[in-house]
Amino acid sequence: MRSLIKHIVKRFAYSLFTIFLIATITFFLMNLVPGGPFLSEKNLSPQITEVMNDKYGLNEPVIIQYKNYMIKLAQGDLGVSIINKGRDINDIIYEKFLISAKVGFITIVLAITIGIAMGVVAAISKGKLVDRLLTIFSTLGMAVPNFVIATALLIIFGVKLRILPTYGLSSSAHFILPVLTLAFYPMAYIARLLRTTMLDVLDQDYIRTARSKGLSEFQVLVKHGLRNAITPIITYLGPMIAYILTGSFVVEKIFSIPGLGGEFIGSINGRDYPMIMGTTIFLATIMVSMNFIVDILYKVIDPRIELN
Amino acid sequence: MNSCILDIRDLEISFFTQAGEIKAVNNISLQLKDGEVLGIVGESGSGKSVASYSIMGLIAEPGKIVNGNIRFNNHTIETMGKKELQKIRGKEVSIVFQDPNTSLNPLLSIGSQLIEVIIRHTNKTKKEAKERAVELLGLVGMNEVDKRLKQYPYEFSGGMLQRVMIAIALACEPKLLIADEATTALDATIQAQILELLLQIKKKNSMSIIMITHDFSVIANICEKVAVMYAGRIIEYGKTEDILYNPKHQYTMGLLKATPNINSHIHEKLVPIKGSPVDLLNPPLGCPFAPRCEKCMKICLRSMPKNKVISDDHYTACWLLEKKLWS
Amino acid sequence: MELQQDQEKLMHKNPFSFQLNSDDFLPAKSNEDLVREYKKTSYWNEIFHSFLKKKVALIAFVVIVFVFFLAFTIPLFYEYSYDQQIRGSENLRPFEYSEQELNLKSQGETVVPHLLGTDTLGRDVFIRVLMGTRISLIVGIVASIIVLVIGAIYGSIAGFFGGKLDLIMMRIVDVIYTVPDILIIILLSVSLREPLNVLYEKNLFFSQLEVLGPGLTSIFITFSLLYWVGMARIIRAQVVMLKEQEYIIAAKALGASNTRIITKHLLPNLIGTIIVTTTLQIPTAIFTESFLSFIGLGVAAPMPSLGSLAADAMGGINSYTYRLIAPTVAISVIILSFNLFGDGLQEVFDPKLKEKR
Repeated sequence: MRSLIKHIVKRFAYSLFTIFLIATITFFLMNLVPGGPFLSEKNLSPQITEVMNDKYGLNEPVIIQYKNYMIKLAQGDLGVSIINKGRDINDIIYEKFLISAKVGFITIVLAITIGIAMGVVAAISKGKLVDRLLTIFSTLGMAVPNFVIATALLIIFGVKLRILPTYGLSSSAHFILPVLTLAFYPMAYIARLLRTTMLDVLDQDYIRTARSKGLSEFQVLVKHGLRNAITPIITYLGPMIAYILTGSFVVEKIFSIPGLGGEFIGSINGRDYPMIMGTTIFLATIMVSMNFIVDILYKVIDPRIELN
Repeated sequence: MNSCILDIRDLEISFFTQAGEIKAVNNISLQLKDGEVLGIVGESGSGKSVASYSIMGLIAEPGKIVNGNIRFNNHTIETMGKKELQKIRGKEVSIVFQDPNTSLNPLLSIGSQLIEVIIRHTNKTKKEAKERAVELLGLVGMNEVDKRLKQYPYEFSGGMLQRVMIAIALACEPKLLIADEATTALDATIQAQILELLLQIKKKNSMSIIMITHDFSVIANICEKVAVMYAGRIIEYGKTEDILYNPKHQYTMGLLKATPNINSHIHEKLVPIKGSPVDLLNPPLGCPFAPRCEKCMKICLRSMPKNKVISDDHYTACWLLEKKLWS
Repeated sequence: MELQQDQEKLMHKNPFSFQLNSDDFLPAKSNEDLVREYKKTSYWNEIFHSFLKKKVALIAFVVIVFVFFLAFTIPLFYEYSYDQQIRGSENLRPFEYSEQELNLKSQGETVVPHLLGTDTLGRDVFIRVLMGTRISLIVGIVASIIVLVIGAIYGSIAGFFGGKLDLIMMRIVDVIYTVPDILIIILLSVSLREPLNVLYEKNLFFSQLEVLGPGLTSIFITFSLLYWVGMARIIRAQVVMLKEQEYIIAAKALGASNTRIITKHLLPNLIGTIIVTTTLQIPTAIFTESFLSFIGLGVAAPMPSLGSLAADAMGGINSYTYRLIAPTVAISVIILSFNLFGDGLQEVFDPKLKEKR
């Protein structure tokens, strides 16, 4: 137990350092832009310039601006947006992220449940037709980029069949295409990963033991098989969140969803540098914290893993 | 005469792989009486494990019983369905595997792995099952049982885990216990303890035991009868003392010569058996041991010898014994 | 006749009574020549032959070679170039001719048809898709070579020397590993846009790279800064594992030099891992590039990329749906082929994997 707490503290420090590092990289990269991130070539309204100057000291040397930015950041203040007429970036992110998170959450649930089901079915019917079909599906799902899936779904269900809405998020039917697009890759990945780990587990001696005890096939497959096979899936949760967040850039653009991903792309095209910085740091923080949680979760679930 | 708990007749088991049919068990017949301890010896791949797994209906894909029948405790195993087999596994017949470190689920506590088999086969409540689990761990010689129940396999030593495996196997007081190389992975001292434990329990519960092993010292210690298997066949069968001191088959003699004897005063040389086990994909026409046999005759390469009864309960399949008749 | 049949039947039932004679009990002379001999083949020969047996991977490889061939030869002699805007030939459907072209044709001149039509600016879509494919292939190969060189060197140094050095080097890898790569790529391409343009104008060498644009440049920079850590980890793990192998320890005990151990023992055993990891890196890089180009951060216009072509076609999704097909199919086929090829290689180099798939 003590070693677990020590491990948590250590990983937490690690994660904090990574976020700090990303914020630093972000800040200095943005300073490569002529004029710096707070004063791009856009004509800024006087009140924005004033706020910026107030916060970061626009006439101070870069290093002082950096210090000011980091202090504000530590207080949770990401600054103001240029395009949105001086609106607080925190407010924008809060508003937009709620929308993205809704889509993302449904995607995660869908990808995990269906992915696991497909992986288990493929593993227990190894070599049979079902297994082959599922393998083809997961191979395709991992090879086709999400914008291709999005366009394909858009053309089939939106343009040709006209049975599903493709614009915005105003009803639950609106969620179908974006969620399917985003869930495709993680679903395929989980199915493939679980098939491999499940086959590996089903080969283990303790499965033979479970069978020899006369347990039902369900008990053998789920209690002894799936439970052991599923642990490696947990490590994929981190990358999956990252994939869904970056995938939202494309999906929200294609399906005109007013979420954070679309907003981010908008701020890139509009050269809203403070917004780009703020969103990058925010997204990076989510990804890093997710990795942190997954890491701890993994140690808690599998008692064997040595803590060092 | 005791009644037979197990009666195997003309059993043939094949694995149908892409490369072809592998005859893992080839026409074996075997009887086991109530409370008898039978040893099955042979090299790896001789079919000894497959044959005994078939008693539980535990042959993995792509293996199949091609011929023969298995009667165990008034069940006809080869015709039983999955569900029926599940009901007798762990209840009437159970098994202890070779490597206790890999044979227990690493993510479940010892207690839950013990309790699940009790709940599966009896009407006990969870509480009663736990009491039984405590009793069982005590029976296999464990201390601080309550604490042990909550622990995970990685917190135990190999010998302790094997005790847990035995406790699981004994949970429902089976009629037959199969010990598949159950002591092979253990240290010599632990090995002796485990054998001792098995014998004690056998006396207490009046169950039969099949000891699968390649170690003659295990056989000598606890077995009453011995079956020697080679290439899926029982090539010699008899009382333990007959097999150890009066072996008739060249393979059995070879195995014994390759086993060190600690009590021997003379400095005996160990003699390995030359060659490697047969390719079961293309089994030879004649006696499977012929290619490695020092006294191989022409007939041996051509056809398989029949079982020859030597004395009560002692038979072997070897052309050399026929030769004695001829000459 | 009947008697003979009966005899045969009996023989099957009971071979003893018919065949046995005293001669049978003479010792057999040659019972030992049943020991089989195995053919010796070289390692690479074996790899090559087992790869030929992997039909899917083999087809994928043929597709890759074919795509390479198309992308690098056809643009050399094709009638239209990727940035040529043909006036009056805007928005043509596949094999459709504009009025001008029809005029030319009626005058007896040969007009090369637009296989996939033209885009809103009157550019031939077929050649733009080919050029986009070319960009994808270049990005994939160059990026994975960068990853290979940095990752393999870094990983093998850490693994081979071990100790404190290994610890420090791997801590650095751990930190880099947690940095979200796509975000950094986006950040880089945003911030490098202006400075790179300045650089292109000033410096003759860099102006050669202008076609790459800030998007591609930042992809390469990011790959060399971030992506190699995966490769480094794999190589290090392999080296550490190999170092512990008995035959390496034996070689050391026999006094083999470090160079000899590396070249004779480590490298040959690493080469499989290196080839497989590098191959599987290619589709990742291609994927990333198309993704960036799709959101408008990849190659600089007018240079096409499969991602930007798809993004352009999105604009006309209702009226020119077919324009989406060529770039999206191309990118999917390329990534799929590399994935399948890489999987095949992995199975060949690591036969233990084969069982599970």
